Amino acid sequence: MTFPPDDVKSPGLWPSGRFRRSGKRQLREEGARSALIAAGSTVIFFGLVVWWILSSEFWPAVQKQFFNPENFAEAWPDVVGDISLGFKSSFPFIDFQGSGFWLNIYMFLIAEVLILIFALILAMIRALRGPAFFPLRALVIVFIDLIRGVPIILLILLLGFGVPALQLPGVPRSELFWGVTTLVISYSAYTAEVYRAGIESVHESQRMSARSLGLTQFKALRYVIVPQAIRNVIPALLNGFVSLQKDVALVFVLGIREAVREAGIYTAATFNYTSYIAATVLFLLVSVPVARFTDWYTERDRRRRQAVGAA
Amino acid sequence: MTPKVELRNVVKAFDDKVVLRDVDLEVDPHEVVCLIGSSGSGKSTLLKCVNLLVDIDDGDILLDGNVITDGSVNPNDVRQKMGIVFQAFNLFPHMTVLDNIILAPTKVHGVDQAAARDRAAELLEQFGLLDKIEEYPDRLSGGQQQRVAVVRALATRPGLMLFDEVTSALDPELVAEVLGVIKGLKEDGMTMIIATHEMGFARDVADEVCFLDSGVILEQGPPQQIFKNPQQARTRQFLQRIMDAGRL
Ligand SMILES: Nc1ncnc2c1ncn2[C@@H]1O[C@H](COP(=O)(O)OP(=O)(O)OP(=O)(O)O)[C@@H](O)[C@H]1O
Ligand SMILES: [Mg+2]
Repeated sequence: MTFPPDDVKSPGLWPSGRFRRSGKRQLREEGARSALIAAGSTVIFFGLVVWWILSSEFWPAVQKQFFNPENFAEAWPDVVGDISLGFKSSFPFIDFQGSGFWLNIYMFLIAEVLILIFALILAMIRALRGPAFFPLRALVIVFIDLIRGVPIILLILLLGFGVPALQLPGVPRSELFWGVTTLVISYSAYTAEVYRAGIESVHESQRMSARSLGLTQFKALRYVIVPQAIRNVIPALLNGFVSLQKDVALVFVLGIREAVREAGIYTAATFNYTSYIAATVLFLLVSVPVARFTDWYTERDRRRRQAVGAA
Repeated sequence: MTPKVELRNVVKAFDDKVVLRDVDLEVDPHEVVCLIGSSGSGKSTLLKCVNLLVDIDDGDILLDGNVITDGSVNPNDVRQKMGIVFQAFNLFPHMTVLDNIILAPTKVHGVDQAAARDRAAELLEQFGLLDKIEEYPDRLSGGQQQRVAVVRALATRPGLMLFDEVTSALDPELVAEVLGVIKGLKEDGMTMIIATHEMGFARDVADEVCFLDSGVILEQGPPQQIFKNPQQARTRQFLQRIMDAGRL
């Protein structure tokens, strides 16, 4: 039997076929209308905000200090920086001779690669079972707890100024080295927890079948658990990228001439803050696309899983 | 003749709960033993003990006459000599059928890639799955997945196969194809321990049937005896319930 029953004639009780079809069209029209309303209200809202700011009596002063086109043009090249100065290799990092935002990107890339590797090692150690591995596991847990408990900026100051001051033989003294190292240490602790969540999200039976085939704990992790775990935490890892990309700027406290430092130098010389706006623009140019990509990827992944679940 | 597997006074407890008590069992080469018993009686636990996936608390388990449970033997070496297939299809979802099958041969047994592929293709052919070789597990039916799991366990040429209710997650029409595979293994002379709820299958394939009740092998014998003339009241009760449910 169909619902509503075919033999029901009264248009007052059951919607007729024509009525239902027009209902569909009505839905589509409603969709178009709500998009129109959204666009309209956005334009009006931001129009009002901009008008309110621009017509404020403080605006000319604000513009002069923060949004001055001449200062922007003047500060821009230094804040963007340079990569043409070439590389000088100094183990274990290549010492980068550039400056400004290019230096930020360089530090970010080096740090991110090392973080992804180091954090994975930490998470895998933490996932090993059995009493034999207890000391290693304990070491990793203590490391992660300690590092996560200390503000990054404090670690940067401690390692970036503290260690070179010891003047130990054979230990690198470059601020760049210690700045990047600190970022790697700090972010590895967080990222290891992300991996751990991924490892725990893989069903126990997967580990058991891997072990039943004679794979060692390590091989079971390497070939069976970790590949599935990573797939599960890619969105979280991408969020970590965005966060690190910004936090790289913290090494400016060590005197490294990356974008924020360059902007600060300009401000100190001119008493104008537009250089900071230039730096802000650069960070946004990188962060926002990555954030959008993360959202897009997460959504696509969710849809795929649902499709597989439904099949 | 040395038994293929021997359990001597095996005891296993989870916390305070004794799951296996003083279990004795001998499985001769080429023999097929079926474990039957109600849910929670300890069938899965017994199989996992033999595979060293759970540690026993007392007693010994011997494989080919050698004790494997005294801690001096590397569990990975023991596991390499036997295959186990579980109830849920535990194929690795991120690998193709082929990669699932050649993982252990190449990464554990040191077989080279080409030889492992040949062996995999040969087994898949034998089980009518050759056309699925590049497929991912979630694109196979439950019966096909379970047959791939059998192939994966066989790929390393184990001398002993353990089956833990391999058909209980399958739709009824898929059960026969998997049971057929196991019958084929019996004809090839494989030694097997099979936990099952399929009494008809146990009657057909088993040389010896063990009825487990609360962690004890209450009754053991050839299928004709267990199914036609059970001695223990508990066994009769269990079989009656199965019969009432229309599964015998
Ligand atoms: N890891 C574990 N921790 C605690 N208790 C467990 C664990 N594994 C099994 N048990 C318990 O041991 C008992 C025996 O379980 P087992 O899985 O061996 O039964 P089974 O005979 O295979 O049952 P089924 O027919 O339902 O599969 C059960 O009571 C179960 O709750
Ligand atoms: Mg079970």
